Amino acid sequence: MNGRTRPRPRRLAVLVGAALLLSACSAGSLGSSSDSGGGETLDFLIGNDESAVALGEALVEAFNATNQGVTVTLETRPGGSEGDNVVKTRLATGDMADVFQYNSGSLFQALTPQQQLTPLTGEGWVSTLQDDFRSSVSAGGEVYGAPWGASLGGGVLYNKPVYERLGLSVPTTWAEFMANSAAIKAAGIDPVVQTYGETWTSQLLVLADFHNVAAAEPGFAEQYTAGRVKYATSAPAIKGFQHLQEVHEAGYQNVDFASAELEDGLRKVATGEGAQYPMLTSTVIQMVANNPESAQDVGFFALPGDDAATNGATQWLPAGIYVPQTTTGAKLEAAKTFLNWVTGPDGCEVARTAVPPTGPFATAGCELPADVPAAVADFAGYVDDGRTSPALEFLSPVKGPALEQITVEVGSGIRSAQDGAALYDDDVRKQAQQLGLPGWD
Amino acid sequence: MTTTFEPATSREGPAPRPPGRIRSGVRAGARYPYWFYLPAAVVYLVLFIVPTVVSFFFSLTRWRLIDWEFIGFENFVMFFREAALVTGLVNTLIYGVLTSAAKVVLGLLLAVLLTSNIVGRDFLRSMVFFPVLVSTVGVGLTFEALMDPFGGVINNALEAVGLPGPGWLTNPSYALLSVALVDIWKGVGLATVIYIAGIVSIPREYFEAARVDGASAWDNFRYIILPLARPATTTVIILSLIGGLRSFDLIWTMTGGGPGFTSDVIASVIYKQYQAGFYGLSTAGNVVLFVVVTAIVVPLFWWLNRKEAEL
Amino acid sequence: MTRAVSTAARWRRFGLSAVSMAVLGVVFLVPFAFVVLAAVKTRQEASLLQLTWPTEWRIAQNFLEVLSARDYLLIIAFTNSVILTVSAVAISVILAALAAFVLQRRPSRWNPLINMLVLSGLIIPPAVVPTIWVLDGIGLFRTMLGLILVEVAFGVSFCILLFRAFLITVPRELDEAAVLDGAGPLRLFFRVILPLLRPVIITVVVVQSVTIYNDFVNPLYFLPGEQNATVQLTLFNFNSQYSNQYNLLFMDILLIMIPPLVMFLFFSRQIVAGMTSGAVKG
Repeated sequence: MNGRTRPRPRRLAVLVGAALLLSACSAGSLGSSSDSGGGETLDFLIGNDESAVALGEALVEAFNATNQGVTVTLETRPGGSEGDNVVKTRLATGDMADVFQYNSGSLFQALTPQQQLTPLTGEGWVSTLQDDFRSSVSAGGEVYGAPWGASLGGGVLYNKPVYERLGLSVPTTWAEFMANSAAIKAAGIDPVVQTYGETWTSQLLVLADFHNVAAAEPGFAEQYTAGRVKYATSAPAIKGFQHLQEVHEAGYQNVDFASAELEDGLRKVATGEGAQYPMLTSTVIQMVANNPESAQDVGFFALPGDDAATNGATQWLPAGIYVPQTTTGAKLEAAKTFLNWVTGPDGCEVARTAVPPTGPFATAGCELPADVPAAVADFAGYVDDGRTSPALEFLSPVKGPALEQITVEVGSGIRSAQDGAALYDDDVRKQAQQLGLPGWD
Repeated sequence: MTTTFEPATSREGPAPRPPGRIRSGVRAGARYPYWFYLPAAVVYLVLFIVPTVVSFFFSLTRWRLIDWEFIGFENFVMFFREAALVTGLVNTLIYGVLTSAAKVVLGLLLAVLLTSNIVGRDFLRSMVFFPVLVSTVGVGLTFEALMDPFGGVINNALEAVGLPGPGWLTNPSYALLSVALVDIWKGVGLATVIYIAGIVSIPREYFEAARVDGASAWDNFRYIILPLARPATTTVIILSLIGGLRSFDLIWTMTGGGPGFTSDVIASVIYKQYQAGFYGLSTAGNVVLFVVVTAIVVPLFWWLNRKEAEL
Repeated sequence: MTRAVSTAARWRRFGLSAVSMAVLGVVFLVPFAFVVLAAVKTRQEASLLQLTWPTEWRIAQNFLEVLSARDYLLIIAFTNSVILTVSAVAISVILAALAAFVLQRRPSRWNPLINMLVLSGLIIPPAVVPTIWVLDGIGLFRTMLGLILVEVAFGVSFCILLFRAFLITVPRELDEAAVLDGAGPLRLFFRVILPLLRPVIITVVVVQSVTIYNDFVNPLYFLPGEQNATVQLTLFNFNSQYSNQYNLLFMDILLIMIPPLVMFLFFSRQIVAGMTSGAVKG
């Protein structure tokens, strides 16, 4: 027998064994874990995006320092659809954290709150909630959630020095907006900044137009959920797509709209290279971090519709903090103590300072700091005047996943507004059918 | 990207029949037990064959993972009717055919060049081949930067010689072609080494005889290399088609199927439908891809091998 | 080939060489040069996306910054990629060699079916959601072990074909001799056959390592989630999270390119052999 290779096989077998062992423990986090104190401990599950973690850590640290016999520990979960899955699965399997943070509105409704969550209607802080927020965390007449952080606004960020220099005033109708844009273009400045290098930013002209849709057709959200009105055939709803097409056809976009990214767009509107940028106020933090002077120079106005009388902004409501039905007894009492603190003045103080606010808070008496950037203050003005509507996603579970591609196509002149709206209706139909909603077959 | 193709029939090879073969019928089981198949078979069947088979069923459903609802061919109807999905189907074919054809032509030319006696041949071979081994995501991100329409290296170079640079990835008419171009850049090295292996294996005597007959370099190429490199061509075409029709990572990295839906292929549609939670529709996309790949590759493979046998 | 090369021919040769060098150099080296240069620039300079010499070298800073980004995620990702690659390749080698051994040595009426199944593995695109469904059913979705087995399942066909082709050259007389010595099938395989497969094992290991290490799609589908990210996934996410920090992005790309480069420097012959097998016949 040929005996020149002896030890190889064993070495290989060892390798396989080691491989299997290794695979059993994939590398985890290298970060530090937090400690726990005495008394009751509460596990608090939040999203893992940077601002949520910053807010969560600040809240937990301040709360634990109050020594109410309750210690809260943080746990994070992924965002997006993956996070939806985590929350749904953990609720369904009874494995949910003692307290958790999750979207309000239709995503909250999808959790079947009556079966899975603890109603908090009797808590003292419920009466301080802003109406829109309260209904976004309510089901079957019961309130289930406390507000998490601030709301944010969708509309137009605009460069105030450019507006002043050209003698323009904030538009309250779409016609005025286009007239302003014409003047801005004549001055050699990009009137409407678009950044399709990050596709989600293309949706603003449609999504932030919802206040105008709701104003023109008050029952739109219910009709839409029931499948009785469509974007392509509803005169107020299709406006957003048409505006996008008009802006492109008028040549009002920045020349690099197809490849520019959010950061480029924020820089343009901050420096006056571009005058108006349809955006969410949550991006103001990033803009101010990169261009400090934009805190004063960039303002916010609502996306204008047809009627100046109903002019107003579209509002994205804060997420909620919920208690699952699996939290009972002393844990439940501890959870209520925690929520009571979060919604009270101390919690408000932490929320105001831990992360720069993107818009007003949902509890009465929790005011924005005086030094917020102009854009956030402008948006808060709309909220104070009661001139806002919640975005459609808080009123209806129906939202097509391909909207951002469609708005890129309409905004790039690849597809007409009519076609785009019809394609979006198809997209939405798939999603409604997937959710098993009645009226969509 | 790495596969090997030989007609299964030629496999058993010329190995001399072992003396024990006749009576080995009894002992074959003891020596070559069937359970040696078992570990590979379990993994392969459970994670590849079973999903492939059940995909045909779930493509006919509206699927929520926890439950499903049978809806017949509705998913497929959607695939052939909805504009965004039809684009994916058409683009897949364009992309697959274009990249394969370019790899055949360029791979052959490069192979001829790199088997001639030029200086630095080995270095050039390595240089052309290296992109094959590099992360597709890395290549995609690099070329996304190089192809930047404003101040990117490629457009700056074009500008320097007075040519207008297009919006490679942002112009709806060019986006898919630009990605295909990068795919060719990354993959041509594999085609080249396959052709080099084919050309090197051509017996020297053929070229000697041709030289005696006074054949030109073109004659050598046309009458010796081209016909005798046929097996290599088969391999290149089949490999590039399978890769090209299934291609996802490069497109997803560079354009995400955009602008809009203009550079979507079936594989990116499958991913987007999966992300959106349309599991039945996504699986229908998989079935469509399965049909497209097998309907093109299997007959082509058979046909190319038959032509080869005729030679 | 010829002894008397004419001067004209020699000039033509040099001309052709120079042109090839120049053209291929620009096409194939410039992108890599661009990556290396951008990786060592400052953030501002890299964001211009120009092919220029760095005015300020920031090799160490960029390197450390990219490693420490997002709580040292890149180190976790490299660890995960190594675990994935090593495990999947080791398992593939053993499983495929065992199967190929019986397939080549023991012809039976099942062989055509097995051959067809093996070839299907090369052609058929894996069905994504059904695979997730199966993984979920056996409790392996979102686990490293699940992803390893998926890589094995999708790559085992290729490995079996390579092993089978090589086994043809291993004489059966060795089997006979081992059996006469009283070796059982396991002993025959591990003590006699496997050592002889060393050249093809190297080829399989190298080619599969590069493939699995570079794989983006399967981790994307079967091992989602931050902490389980492989290097290819972190690279993809890095792009969206650090959109304008091109110096760090390209440093990341550079680091991720190093393992295949090392493989290539040491094993280029085996890689080329593995990837071109089947192209030459007779």
